[in-house]
Amino acid sequence: MSKTNLTRRGVLKTGAVAGAGLALPTYLSAGSHTGFTNAPGDSSVTLGFNVPQTGPYADEGADELRAYELAVEHLNGGGDGGMLSTFSSKALDGTGILGRKVEYVTGDTQTKSDAARASAKSMIEKDGAIMITGGSSSGVAVAVQALCQEAGVIFMAGLTHSNDTTGKDKKANGFRHFFNSYMSGAALAPILAKNYGTDRKAYHLTADYNWGYTTEEAVRSSTEAMGWETVGQVLTPLTQTDFSSYITPVLQSDADVLVLNHYGGNMVNSLTNAVQFGLRDRQVNGKNFEIVVPLYSRLMAKGAGANVKGIFGSTNWHWSLQDEGSKAFVKSFGTKYGFPPSQAAHTCYVQALLYADAVQRAGSFAPCAVVEALEGFEFDGMGNGPTLYRAEDHQCFKDVLVVKGKENPTSEFDLLEIVEVTPVDQVTYAPDHPQFAGGALGTCNNGA
Amino acid sequence: MLGLEKKDATLLLIVFGLTMLAPFLLNPFPEGSAMAQFNAGYPDLMQRFVIFGIFAIGFNILFGLTGYLSFGHAAFLGIGSYAAMWMFKLFGMNVIPALALSVVMSGLFAVLIGYVSLRRSGIYFSILTLAFAMMSYALAYSVLATDMDGPDRQGLLQKGLTGGETGLQLTLQDPRILGQKAAEDGNLPVPNIFGLEMRSSAELELGNWVFTFSAGYYFSAVVMLIAFYLSIRIFRSPFGMMLRAIKSNQQRLNYTGLNPKPYTLAAFVISGMYAGLAGGLMASMDPLAGPERMFWTASGEVVLMTILGGAGTLIGPVLGAGAIKYMENILSKINSDILHGWFAFLPDGLEDFVVAIIYPFIGKGWHLTLGLIFMAVVIFLPGGLVEAGQRVARMFRGKKAEDDSKSASTEPAE
Repeated sequence: MSKTNLTRRGVLKTGAVAGAGLALPTYLSAGSHTGFTNAPGDSSVTLGFNVPQTGPYADEGADELRAYELAVEHLNGGGDGGMLSTFSSKALDGTGILGRKVEYVTGDTQTKSDAARASAKSMIEKDGAIMITGGSSSGVAVAVQALCQEAGVIFMAGLTHSNDTTGKDKKANGFRHFFNSYMSGAALAPILAKNYGTDRKAYHLTADYNWGYTTEEAVRSSTEAMGWETVGQVLTPLTQTDFSSYITPVLQSDADVLVLNHYGGNMVNSLTNAVQFGLRDRQVNGKNFEIVVPLYSRLMAKGAGANVKGIFGSTNWHWSLQDEGSKAFVKSFGTKYGFPPSQAAHTCYVQALLYADAVQRAGSFAPCAVVEALEGFEFDGMGNGPTLYRAEDHQCFKDVLVVKGKENPTSEFDLLEIVEVTPVDQVTYAPDHPQFAGGALGTCNNGA
Repeated sequence: MLGLEKKDATLLLIVFGLTMLAPFLLNPFPEGSAMAQFNAGYPDLMQRFVIFGIFAIGFNILFGLTGYLSFGHAAFLGIGSYAAMWMFKLFGMNVIPALALSVVMSGLFAVLIGYVSLRRSGIYFSILTLAFAMMSYALAYSVLATDMDGPDRQGLLQKGLTGGETGLQLTLQDPRILGQKAAEDGNLPVPNIFGLEMRSSAELELGNWVFTFSAGYYFSAVVMLIAFYLSIRIFRSPFGMMLRAIKSNQQRLNYTGLNPKPYTLAAFVISGMYAGLAGGLMASMDPLAGPERMFWTASGEVVLMTILGGAGTLIGPVLGAGAIKYMENILSKINSDILHGWFAFLPDGLEDFVVAIIYPFIGKGWHLTLGLIFMAVVIFLPGGLVEAGQRVARMFRGKKAEDDSKSASTEPAE
């Protein structure tokens, strides 16, 4: 069946082509020697905005992208400057970053680690992005953070609430402004004790993934520390849309508090189911049955409608805050898009500004210089009061908001009311706290 | 050459030339030009082209030859990735043992899944494989992911066997008994082949063009060429003929006294091992393995690739894989700003109109474009992109070739 049809000319030709193909790479010198990956040119610098544009968190992603576009506009001197005027560091002057015009590329994380990494890689390898930021899931944040560490670019995390992002999976090139599960637990516990008492029996429904675990762990340990008892714990698949079968066992247990460690569409559905089953009208052990949602967002409150009324939760930031920074941000965001920003938009906007400011102060785009400028950086005027970027784990420490669903909302955006601003001291923990132990920052990576 | 007929040898040489020159061919537009958006010659995407090429070549051995439509092939891709990751974590960062374990593990799972699934054919077979793949996904996503009751946070198994939704990643605490635990700078070591790092690359600047030659890409390309060669040999072997016989009429084969089971199982295992190899390569290029690699959409994707390129043809699946990955990575990144940039020369109202027309088909709407192209191919070109190529070739060759093909078609079979 096989037939060899070799001619002298054929062999020579193929040999020459193959030889040239194989030898070519060895002829070339490796890369340009600027000392770090994707060093920008003299006129412009490219940032990579990697946000979920499809999938369960597409709403958050769209809001994040709006915030980034606004941040770029402000950095380049357009618009009203937003938080640049209230930011305590005055290094940024509206002429871009280090005199270079800010440009950006976007990618779709699809809220999948693989897709997010592919998108980040293409922004780094193809578009020459010097920094990657965004995302609305901890799984994605951890995956992309590890990629940026390897590639030698800075990662400014978007909305990611799991302890692991700056705990077990922390990386030297990665920074998080958003708060985390531990802070939610620590801020919520005293409010829950004050309102519901200290002898409660809690039942946890937890989304079956990394963020769900750390949030349950955090809420459990802080509520148990003040006397609550945990009587049940069930993991629910992330793709679940009907939670009826998970609510029934709650009715049969002697629990008097239900904690929903769910986010986004999950929380909207589970809370709606819980209310439909009449949990909120129940009396157990002579007490009113209560529901708690550790991580709240306005987009979720909107989805759950009237069901959120009176339900406690925590949030990173809310547009109704009355400090100068928040007011400036809400004003410029509202002017541009016609509605107030979400907490996801806020954290992404702040992260973009913090990165630009760090580069400006460091006088260099080199990741290691930026890391040095951000580590231990204290700032104010960004909507959360005085804030510290802790050097040990690259986590921001700031006040945490405890909110509850508003009884009489005045508009479709006015759904949450701030119950308390928990001071930063109450939510601060040691870098080697058991919920965060097991990781190492490593050393900053400048790449090629 | 290499035991191939002249036609196949030419095809192999063409594929060899295309893969080796890919950094040039995929970067036709100069850096900074408006068309640079369409350049695909960066390492990550080129690696994806060849890796998914391997995946589709393997799938084609099952689907193209035997006609058994597996809807769960992504399971083997995932198993291969996890196997390679565990090799990196436990033994060292050399990719050769990692790829070996990927192939072996996916082969074992393929024997198991194939033995059960192949008891049925047609739609029942597809559903069985789909069920197995979703079971694997669920296992990887949560059951094997973590241990809620007593997390040993310092230990090796702190995140279970698969790491759940976050995926399985390298850490500095991994033992790596045969290799270095960490790179000199204290960061994670990088997958390599005897010291040559997969992520290392060289750049060639010619005028405005920048061409990147990545070690990882060339390694994957060589693996794909070997896989492609093996697939040609399988297609042309008596074994391949037997698989075709199963596709054309399994009952007749039974009546002639042949048992098709061992042949279908062998084809299933071989194609599972191809998928495992592709999964292992994915982990070697980017050391992370996530469960979504096993989701049913990933299984559906390889079916699309094979059909789009041309099921049952040698080169088709590779072309299909390239086309889909190109759209996923290039088309999906065009946003409305870029569109406005392109059409800025038009009057304002017209510009907005044109952008509004095109916008649903790009960016996050790339699935829509893919769907339309897929429908067009299935309706007008049942033989996939390969058929399109043949038609074009026929058109150029003119009447003479037409006569040739006529006489060829009346020839009796061998």
